Amino acid sequence: MSQGIDLQGSFVELLTQFGLPAGVAKAMWLPLPMTLILLAATVSIFVTVWLERKISAAAQQRIGPEFAGPLGTLQAAADGIKLLFKEDIVPAKADTILFTLGPALVVIPVFLSLLIIPFGQNLVITDIGVGIFLWIALSSITPIGLLMSGYSSNNKYSLLGGLRAAAQSISYEIPLALAVLAIVLMSNSLSTIDIVEQQSGYGILGWNVWRQPVGFLIFWIAALAECERLPFDLPEAEEELVAGYQTEYTGMKFGLFYVGSYVNLVLSALIFSILYLGGWESPISVDLLSGLFGVSETTPWLQVITAAIGIVMTVVKAYLLVFLAVLLRWTVPRVRIDQLLDLGWKFLLPVALVNLLLTAALKITFPVAFGG
Amino acid sequence: MFVLTGYEYLLVFLLLCGSVPILALGIAYFLRPKREGASRRTTYESGMEPIGGAWIQFNIRYYMFALVFVIFDVETVFLYPWAVAFSQLGILAFIEALIFIAILVVGLVYAWRKGALEWS
Repeated sequence: MSQGIDLQGSFVELLTQFGLPAGVAKAMWLPLPMTLILLAATVSIFVTVWLERKISAAAQQRIGPEFAGPLGTLQAAADGIKLLFKEDIVPAKADTILFTLGPALVVIPVFLSLLIIPFGQNLVITDIGVGIFLWIALSSITPIGLLMSGYSSNNKYSLLGGLRAAAQSISYEIPLALAVLAIVLMSNSLSTIDIVEQQSGYGILGWNVWRQPVGFLIFWIAALAECERLPFDLPEAEEELVAGYQTEYTGMKFGLFYVGSYVNLVLSALIFSILYLGGWESPISVDLLSGLFGVSETTPWLQVITAAIGIVMTVVKAYLLVFLAVLLRWTVPRVRIDQLLDLGWKFLLPVALVNLLLTAALKITFPVAFGG
Repeated sequence: MFVLTGYEYLLVFLLLCGSVPILALGIAYFLRPKREGASRRTTYESGMEPIGGAWIQFNIRYYMFALVFVIFDVETVFLYPWAVAFSQLGILAFIEALIFIAILVVGLVYAWRKGALEWS
């Protein structure tokens, strides 16, 4: 296994050569990857909104946005700027503090979860030991924000939407966590880096999707429900609840819900690709190719190319999943609330438990194949 | 400085992420028009005069789901350390987890039979 590119090490080394103490150099490095990730997340919102509109249009044989910028690429930016200029209305009967805090509480955990997304062996903000568990914990905070905004609006649609959102999130949280648990069982680690490295070496054949086909499906369904994507968009089912918990929101507060939901979609797709599709690994292992051509893995140019391929691979896999999610939106009808909860509690939960025990049993029987 | 290495990133990133909504709402504060008027601040109810508030007692159904959720979420949290250490613990840990999950499955079956998982 090659060591991969180490940007932080090179950066700190460069600055210490100029006579700066290592601590200062490290502190200067600290905000760089974070700002980069936040910028990338912001760009990903625009890309995802544009993709969603274009794919939806293609699914319905329309053209979609085409006037704002080439191929309508600036449409999402135009939408965002429009929201900035909209007036901010807080209903007279609403609780102003909770009403403002709600959207912020939806957005912050979603952005914070980007902390653990690796784009390469060392291309991650920080590799904390609890990695994927941090994501599980943070994703439980979002429903509090939704419930808060639904309840504080003092509007019946908002209240029902907020309660539905909370009920839906907590119902699918458990199958999701159990599906992740089976992966953790195979990788012996909660760190996202270790989870990807455990899948490396055999190209596409080494990815977890072959060892966890059931967990793969459970995670996909649960992630769609957590993101409130169709067919699980009951909290904002417009035929029943106007816009659910967002009904009373205007301007940028309304925009924050959209930012949260799109970043959450991309984030879920990224985590999905890390857990099941080998993260930054390419379908044909780069190590294998470099070995074939007799190039050393530590050659600097090869490290740069490997890192670049890693980033591209992560993003491509994530966006293939986003594409699938958008297609599903126009393919599957919305489920009813009782069907939704039945699916979560009476189907996914037992199946996820069986999948976990099966993985544990298989790990005892075939320790090599299941990450002994 | 920090006992847990890597977590200083978490703190700094938390501050950065916290600034996202503050920035978004702050910029909008200076750009957006401000108009007053009692009618624009009424609660939306599909064009009707709102009848009563929404801060009322709501159905216990949501409460039941929340209760079952707490049980199973705690179970999952207990299983995480087990999963990480599984390869060192071997078959005994498997049997222990089997017993642990069996007890909780009994709880799930009980909740199911009692109708706690029914919507209507």
